Amino acid sequence: MRVALFPSCLAEGFYPRAVEDAHWLLVAAGAEVTVPEGATCCGQPAYSTGHHADARAMLERTLDALVGADYVVLPSGSCAAMLRCFAPALAADTAVAVAAQMVGERSYELAQFLDEIAGWRPAAHGLAGRLIAVHHGCHALRELHAAESAERLLRAAGAELLPWIAQRECCGFGGAFAVKLPEVSAAMADRKLDTLPEAEWLVSADPGCLMQLSGRAGARGIDLPVRHLAGVLREAARAD
Amino acid sequence: MPTETPIDYRAHARGLLRDTPGVRDAVTRATSHLDGNRELAYAEIDERALRDWAAGLRRHALANLDRYLLQAEERLTANGVEVHWADDASEALAVLATLVQRYAVRRVVKGKSMLTEEIGANAALEGMGVEVFETDLGEYIIQLAHEHPSHIIAPAIHRSVEDIAAQFESQLGTPSDADPEALAAAARARLREAFLSAEMGITGANFVAADSGTVALVENEGNIRLSTSAPRVHVAFVGIEKVVPRLADLGGLLPLISRAATGQRLGNYVSLISGPRRADEADGPEAVHVVFVDNGRSALLGDPEQGEALACIRCGACLNTCPVFRQTGGHPYQWAYSGPIGAVLAPALLGLERAWMLPQASTLCGACEDVCPVRIPLPRMLVTWRQRAAAAGLGFAGEALAVKSWRWVASHPGLFHRSVRAMSGPLGHAFGGVPVLREWTRFRVLPQADDAGEDTP
Repeated sequence: MRVALFPSCLAEGFYPRAVEDAHWLLVAAGAEVTVPEGATCCGQPAYSTGHHADARAMLERTLDALVGADYVVLPSGSCAAMLRCFAPALAADTAVAVAAQMVGERSYELAQFLDEIAGWRPAAHGLAGRLIAVHHGCHALRELHAAESAERLLRAAGAELLPWIAQRECCGFGGAFAVKLPEVSAAMADRKLDTLPEAEWLVSADPGCLMQLSGRAGARGIDLPVRHLAGVLREAARAD
Repeated sequence: MPTETPIDYRAHARGLLRDTPGVRDAVTRATSHLDGNRELAYAEIDERALRDWAAGLRRHALANLDRYLLQAEERLTANGVEVHWADDASEALAVLATLVQRYAVRRVVKGKSMLTEEIGANAALEGMGVEVFETDLGEYIIQLAHEHPSHIIAPAIHRSVEDIAAQFESQLGTPSDADPEALAAAARARLREAFLSAEMGITGANFVAADSGTVALVENEGNIRLSTSAPRVHVAFVGIEKVVPRLADLGGLLPLISRAATGQRLGNYVSLISGPRRADEADGPEAVHVVFVDNGRSALLGDPEQGEALACIRCGACLNTCPVFRQTGGHPYQWAYSGPIGAVLAPALLGLERAWMLPQASTLCGACEDVCPVRIPLPRMLVTWRQRAAAAGLGFAGEALAVKSWRWVASHPGLFHRSVRAMSGPLGHAFGGVPVLREWTRFRVLPQADDAGEDTP
């Protein structure tokens, strides 16, 4: 099982330890892991802002680097959704249409890959008694339907997932949205933060959402312990 | 068409969040409530089957719109309804002016209608010297406050009860601590006289059934029933997309609209109007007019990527669930239709140049598509509008350049990986002042690499 780990720019930049953790988890799940240098951008920022020719050009280079792998795994639900759900249509009628289709079908968000494809399970008490609030990135939730995998793995390790009235609401990141409509974006993050239950960690599989929520919490002087799901799952693998 | 100023959602949203923070609370509270009601109401039924059926029916109706419109006209006319056609707002208002003159109208009562909001009927009527009474309670509140609706089905959603009590105290003389029932009673007392003295009642239409020539309206307060039956004349303004094939279709569509909108199994009152009072009937209007309004819709219908926006049944579910709408309500959209569906319709009906910013007012979270009772793929359509805007050179300053620069960096893998790794380091933080990042750091703190990550073994 050859897995290409595609870090995604925000994880590589801001959560490099999550990339290492993802690597470790994939190896633990029995994969032969590579991190292809040529995989740079999935094209999502350009795609969602409507610059589709630029998005195609970036996607093309990245597909080239990923097309040889059995699976492509990302520590980012958003970029995984770009490859799986949006890229095939974006690349239709281009020279990389077939590659986009193939890579799309094989692309997974990390937890979904571990849960559904690799059949990996954490140690039963790896997270026993931990109180966790989970924020699902919107693409992981609605495009990939990956939310259940993340929750299943956390629960399997004994974590308690706290109910959160705004859990399924967008945090307001939305890529360029956070920069283009910053006041509305901040108000959306505030809605998440204001309803957040008392948790040890706020966990998400999306670096963008983590940046948004911890960044907004920081600006408001709130001490918010955020963690990428990859780190939490690696910890969950620890037998007690 | 006169050149209109582009809609600046960003500036209006910024001003609203800064100056009237209570709006955000009121809208979030009310929409969360409605959204929760919808979820419960969907759970009671075979949601998937009903939504699939409705989605298919609406698209069938749109694909055969000309046929059903002609059939509706024929049946309505046979029923004694006078049918008018209007290509745009000014033609619709010209029809209205003719009718006002013909029936010597001095006073109009209106049921809630977004189409009359779209074409500016109230201002036109006032210009003709006609007194207009909005009779939906929410709509009446905002009419008294000289505001526009903030929501497709809940026009006063941005207002708190305390706000409204203060407004009614000065305008209607109610006590300052009046509860919602007392406020409604005060409005009812004022409106009763209007219902009895108005010569004309104006409404929209939820649907028009082609096979029977029936205008269908669903509501909760009974004001539409009064507006369509008490005055001598009833005029219904109907968007051409509202035609459905059969009267029997309403048995599925009306309950769906209510479940999606408010979580009710069916609104309190359903009015099915097939014509004016007959000779042997004691009540009802002497004349009924239906004005079919195009106002950009037939052009939208021909748009292969955006045309299915016309399948919308105006339930407002996408507004209720939209996390962007929840922060601002409908006013910053500066148009009759707000929220995700408004952002998709606006560029089509107002022009991309004027409305390009509205499709940007979304994180593409997909919640709207999840709840849409007729399965309109709103996020994909928002992206398509963004694509057209970018192609037309419309968009936020610097965006196209930023994308080009990113593309250039991404085409050099070594440089790309070094750059993204530097983002969280001291250099990246030093760059926190460059234009793009400045917008980020005004409201948020840029993280250090893994600054919150705890140690793993």
